[in-house]
Amino acid sequence: MILEVVPYKIAEEETRMAGRVILHSDCNCFYASVEHLHRPELEGKPLAVGGDPESRHGIVLTADYIAKRYGVKTGMALWEAKQLCPEITFVSPRMDLYLRFSRMAHEIYADYTDLQEPYGIDESWLDVTDSASIKGDGYSIAREISNRMKSELGITVSIGVSFNKIFAKLGSDYKKPDAITTMYESEFRTKAWNLPVGDLLYVGRSTKRKLENLGIHTIGQLAQTDEAILISMLGKMGSVLWAFANGFDDSPVRKENTHAPIKSVGNSTTTHRDLVNDEDVKIIIYVLAESVAARLRENGFRCRVVEISIRDNELYSFTRQRKIANATNITEEIAAEGFRLFKENYDWRKPIRSVGVRGADLVNDNYWEQMDLFCDFKLRDKLMKMDATVDDIRRRFGFYSIQRGIMYQDRILSAVNAKDDHTVHPHGYFNQ
Amino acid sequence: MEGYKVYVDVTAEFSAEGVLTPKSFRWTDGNVYEIQRVKDVRRAASLKAGGVGMRYTCVVNGRDSYLYYEDNNMWFMERAGA
Repeated sequence: MILEVVPYKIAEEETRMAGRVILHSDCNCFYASVEHLHRPELEGKPLAVGGDPESRHGIVLTADYIAKRYGVKTGMALWEAKQLCPEITFVSPRMDLYLRFSRMAHEIYADYTDLQEPYGIDESWLDVTDSASIKGDGYSIAREISNRMKSELGITVSIGVSFNKIFAKLGSDYKKPDAITTMYESEFRTKAWNLPVGDLLYVGRSTKRKLENLGIHTIGQLAQTDEAILISMLGKMGSVLWAFANGFDDSPVRKENTHAPIKSVGNSTTTHRDLVNDEDVKIIIYVLAESVAARLRENGFRCRVVEISIRDNELYSFTRQRKIANATNITEEIAAEGFRLFKENYDWRKPIRSVGVRGADLVNDNYWEQMDLFCDFKLRDKLMKMDATVDDIRRRFGFYSIQRGIMYQDRILSAVNAKDDHTVHPHGYFNQ
Repeated sequence: MEGYKVYVDVTAEFSAEGVLTPKSFRWTDGNVYEIQRVKDVRRAASLKAGGVGMRYTCVVNGRDSYLYYEDNNMWFMERAGA
């Protein structure tokens, strides 16, 4: 009996996978759109979100479509953007606001499916296969979502509708802004195959160059190349990309809430003056660790890896990371580990321009682990309580109402506002 | 520049079922306006004032006006004029 049931189940699963309806929804110029919504007086004018417009450092995180037309790109220094587009208005990022909008977008998606997988803060894959009987086909669901995003959140999205995640993503990139593009099984050979090979997920600059050396310029050419040649050229990825191009991607859309939406929490800053000794670096590492740990606690995460990044005044930079014994969101532990990493890896050949601290390999607060016989759990408990108390005091009386003693050794240095330099890293596409 | 977004004082009622209904608001001129009826409640973005919230379509003096309840627990309205 059992033997009969199993193949049937598998067959059913296969049929289901074959007829999937996957959407990929991408909020257009997300940060800039949210800022535009809150600043109606800037309507029709170029805007970019990024850095601190007043100080020397800062890059463009997101530019709106008007600024993009002038050639302003993500990652550009603010002064470069200003040269290209003198009319541009820069606004400082308000990450909490964007996270709120991201959450509201997910609430809208949740009306259509529980299978939604975020890819960064502003993109999501949605498996709406099972909603088709109630809500209509993929295209109508996409249209409904798009309309609701416009009326309820005041932002536009590009949605790709397809039978797998890779082509859904290609679809959402196909036409922007505010567009819906289908990439059905009957269409992808005409639509996707003409696109440049660099548009495919996981074909970066270097892979693209290698492929172009082989004479592969479009996704179609990639699909029709012998898989073995690609494997010899790119290793395992060759086979993966070949499958992507042929529409053989059957990776599922993960259920919501099974993953932390982000991979790591990090803060970095370029200091107002160069750092010249251990004490300087210690202050900055503590400032950053405070922000990182507070954000971990805020979101109910703990990290199992601490990473620091250092850049000297000749812009040479490196990162070092280490796995720590117990998952933590305790400021003291993250800072101490960060400083230890720094001490072990820097010999003060040059003054330091910029420092970053990051907590990675995140687990949620319910994560259990083996206790360490030699670890002082009473002390950890105390440190946790102390952090919670500091969080509470800051929530009620403001960030600067309570400070560590070390911050008073150099008030200018410690005045860095770590919370401004937020970074959000999406999970990779493959299993994490 | 004076924006189109106007935060207002609102008197509202919570029913035993937990439904929030605004009853009146004080406009910038100091007058208190009675909300005769709430026609519709939905989440919406205000492109004019700039912001997002629960939008109450209120009948005030026989005319429809929008009253938004933001996430920060503040109420705002859109100032008339182009």
